[in-house]
Amino acid sequence: MSNTLFDKVWDSHVVQKIEGGPDVLFIDRHLVHEVTSPVAFLGLKNRGAKVMSPERTFATADHNTPTINQHLPVADPLSANQLKALEENAAEHGISYWGLGHEKNGIVHVVGPEYGITQPGATIVCGDSHTSTHGAFGAIAFGIGTSEVEMVLSTQCIMQPKPKSMRITVNGSLSKGVTPKDVALFIISQLSTSGATGYFVEYAGDVFKSLSMEGRMTVCNLSIEMGARGGIIAPDEKTFEYIKGREFTPKGAAWDKAMDYWSTLETDADAVFDKEYTFDGSAIEPMITYGTNPGMGMGITNGIPTAESLDGGVSTYKKSLDYMGYKEGDSMIGKKIDFVFLGSCTNGRIEDFRAFTEIIEGRKKADHVTAWLVPGSHKVLNAIKEEGLLDKLEEAGFELREPGCSACLAMNDDKIPAGKYAVSTSNRNFEGRQGPGSRTLLASPTVAAAAAVMGVVTDPRSLV
Amino acid sequence: MAYDKFNILKSSAVPLPIENVDTDQIIPARFLKATERVGFGDNLFRDWRYNQDNTVKVDFPLNDSKYSGSILVGGKNFGSGSSREHAAWAVYDYGFRCVVSSFFADIFRNNCLNVGVLPVQISPEFLEEIFTAINENPETKLIVDLPSQTISLEGTNSSESFDINSYKKENMLNGFDDIDYLMNIKDQIGEFAKNTPL
Repeated sequence: MSNTLFDKVWDSHVVQKIEGGPDVLFIDRHLVHEVTSPVAFLGLKNRGAKVMSPERTFATADHNTPTINQHLPVADPLSANQLKALEENAAEHGISYWGLGHEKNGIVHVVGPEYGITQPGATIVCGDSHTSTHGAFGAIAFGIGTSEVEMVLSTQCIMQPKPKSMRITVNGSLSKGVTPKDVALFIISQLSTSGATGYFVEYAGDVFKSLSMEGRMTVCNLSIEMGARGGIIAPDEKTFEYIKGREFTPKGAAWDKAMDYWSTLETDADAVFDKEYTFDGSAIEPMITYGTNPGMGMGITNGIPTAESLDGGVSTYKKSLDYMGYKEGDSMIGKKIDFVFLGSCTNGRIEDFRAFTEIIEGRKKADHVTAWLVPGSHKVLNAIKEEGLLDKLEEAGFELREPGCSACLAMNDDKIPAGKYAVSTSNRNFEGRQGPGSRTLLASPTVAAAAAVMGVVTDPRSLV
Repeated sequence: MAYDKFNILKSSAVPLPIENVDTDQIIPARFLKATERVGFGDNLFRDWRYNQDNTVKVDFPLNDSKYSGSILVGGKNFGSGSSREHAAWAVYDYGFRCVVSSFFADIFRNNCLNVGVLPVQISPEFLEEIFTAINENPETKLIVDLPSQTISLEGTNSSESFDINSYKKENMLNGFDDIDYLMNIKDQIGEFAKNTPL
C-alpha cells in the first residue's frame, strides 16, 4: 500500500474514525494566541474542564500588540484586557506563556520553529489560518476556529474529515531576484484563492528542495491563500539541521529515536494524489498583486489583466480594481506607493530582512514613503542587530519596530490610512485588511525594498 | 457552545451577489478584541454597511429594508481567508441561521457548523436562479430542509439536495457540539496520548 507523506502523518494520529463523519485526530502541539483563545478558555470554564495537556500547549501574544514602546502599559483598554486574559488563562492552566516583552515573544508561527516546538511528523494546530507555515518541517499543521481551540484545550483532539490530496511540483531553478514569496504568489495566481479548497498540498520538486527552511515556511504559510487547509514539504537534512539542538527538540537517545521516524516521512514513489500540478520554476518572475485577493497577482512587468481575459465574475473583478484605483491593462511598474510593510508570519524572518537590506544598502528610503519594518520575533530582532543589518537599514533612513503581527491585520495601531498604497510582504490584500480603506500590494521583501527606495513599484532586478 | 437546533427553515433571504467574500469583510480584525462572544452581529460586514464616518451605506443589501430573513445568499468562495470564528459568530448573532453559496472556504464552513449556522452549497445555476428570484421579488422564500437535505424556492419546482456528513447533521438537528462527543471518549484519547511522545 503506497501512501503520501500526508497520509502517513494523518493516519498515525487518528484516535477514532466516525462512520459517515470526521476523524478524531490527536494533536501533538497546540499554539495559542490572545485573539482566538479567550472564548475557548471561557467555554472550558463553563464546562468545569481543565486543559488536558498543558505540556503540549504554548501561548504567545502577537496579533493585538503594539510594535513600539512595548515596555509601557498597552494603551488600548480592550487590547490590554485581551492580553491580560491570556496571561491569566495560561497561568491558571499551567501553560507556557511568552507575553509582551518576554525574550521568546514573537509571532506564533515564527517562534514555534525557532524553539523547536515545530517538528516533523507532528500534528500542529492554532487558531490562526497561517498555521500552515509549520508544514515546512513535514508536519501536518492547519488553522482552526475557536470552538476547535476549545476542543483541543479540553481533549487534545479535533474532529476533521480527512482532506483530499494535491501535489504541486515546481522543477527547474529560480532566476535572480525571484524569491520563495514569488513562487507562492505565482502558484496562487494560477490556482486562484479557491483552487485548493478541500485539499492538503504537498510541495515537491527541485525548487522547494533548494529553498532554505525560511523559504519553505513562506511557501507553506501561503497555502491557505489558495484555499488549502495546509501545505507540507518532506523533511530532509536541511530540516534536521535546522531543528537540532533547539529548546524543545528531543536530545540524545530521544533524538535518535525521533530520527528513525522522521526519516520515513516521505511520499512513496507510486502514491497517487487526487490532483497534481507541475510548474517550471525558471518561468517565474518577481510577483506583485494588483487586486483585493491574493490570487490577483502577476509578474511585475506584466499589465493588469482585462476582465474578459479571466474566468468568472466580471462585476466582482471590476469592483476590486475600483477599490484599488487601478484600470485593466495598467502597468504596475511606476505606480506610486505610500507605505512599505516588511514583516508578518509570511516574511518576518531573518532571511527576509537580509533580502530587504541587500537592495536598500547604499541607497536611501524615498522621502514620501513610510516604512514599517517589523521583525517576527525577538530572536529575529536580535539577529538583525548582530548581523549588522540594523546599521545598514538606519543609514538608509529606515527604523526597526518591535515584534508582532502589526500591519498584516492592523488590529493594533499599525494601520495603513484610507486610500493609501502599501507594498506589503504579508499575506492578504483584502479590502481594508491593513486598515479601513487601505490598498495593499503583496510582494516579496526584495520587491518591497525596491519600492521603498524608489517610491514607486520597481522591478528589483533593475537594482541588483 | 450551545446553539439552537436546526430542522426546517422557511425564510426570505438577503442576497449578497459578490464572489470571494473573505472573513475580513465579514468581521474586520479591529472588532476581534472582545474576550466574550457577544455583540459581533453589530459589526457584521462593518465596512460594507457603514462609511468611515459611520453613516449608513444605503445601497448595501443588509441596509436595504426590502431584504430580510434569516438566510444569507452569497457568491462563490464565501468565507475565504482568516480562520476567525468571529465571522461565523457575527453571521449567527446578526440573525442568520443559514448561508447559501455555490462554494465555501473550508475553515469558515467548519466554523459555521460548529456554531449552529448551516452552510448550504448549491450549483452555480441554482444560485443564479435564487439571486434572480430575490431580485424580482424580495419576499421570495427559501425552504431549507435539513432532515431531507434539500433547499427549494417556494412556489416553484426548483429544488436541489445538499451535502452534509451524517455526524454533523445529527449535531445540527440536536444542537450538540463536538466537545460533547470528545468528552465522552476521553479515556480512549488518554490511552492514545500515553503512547504518543511529546
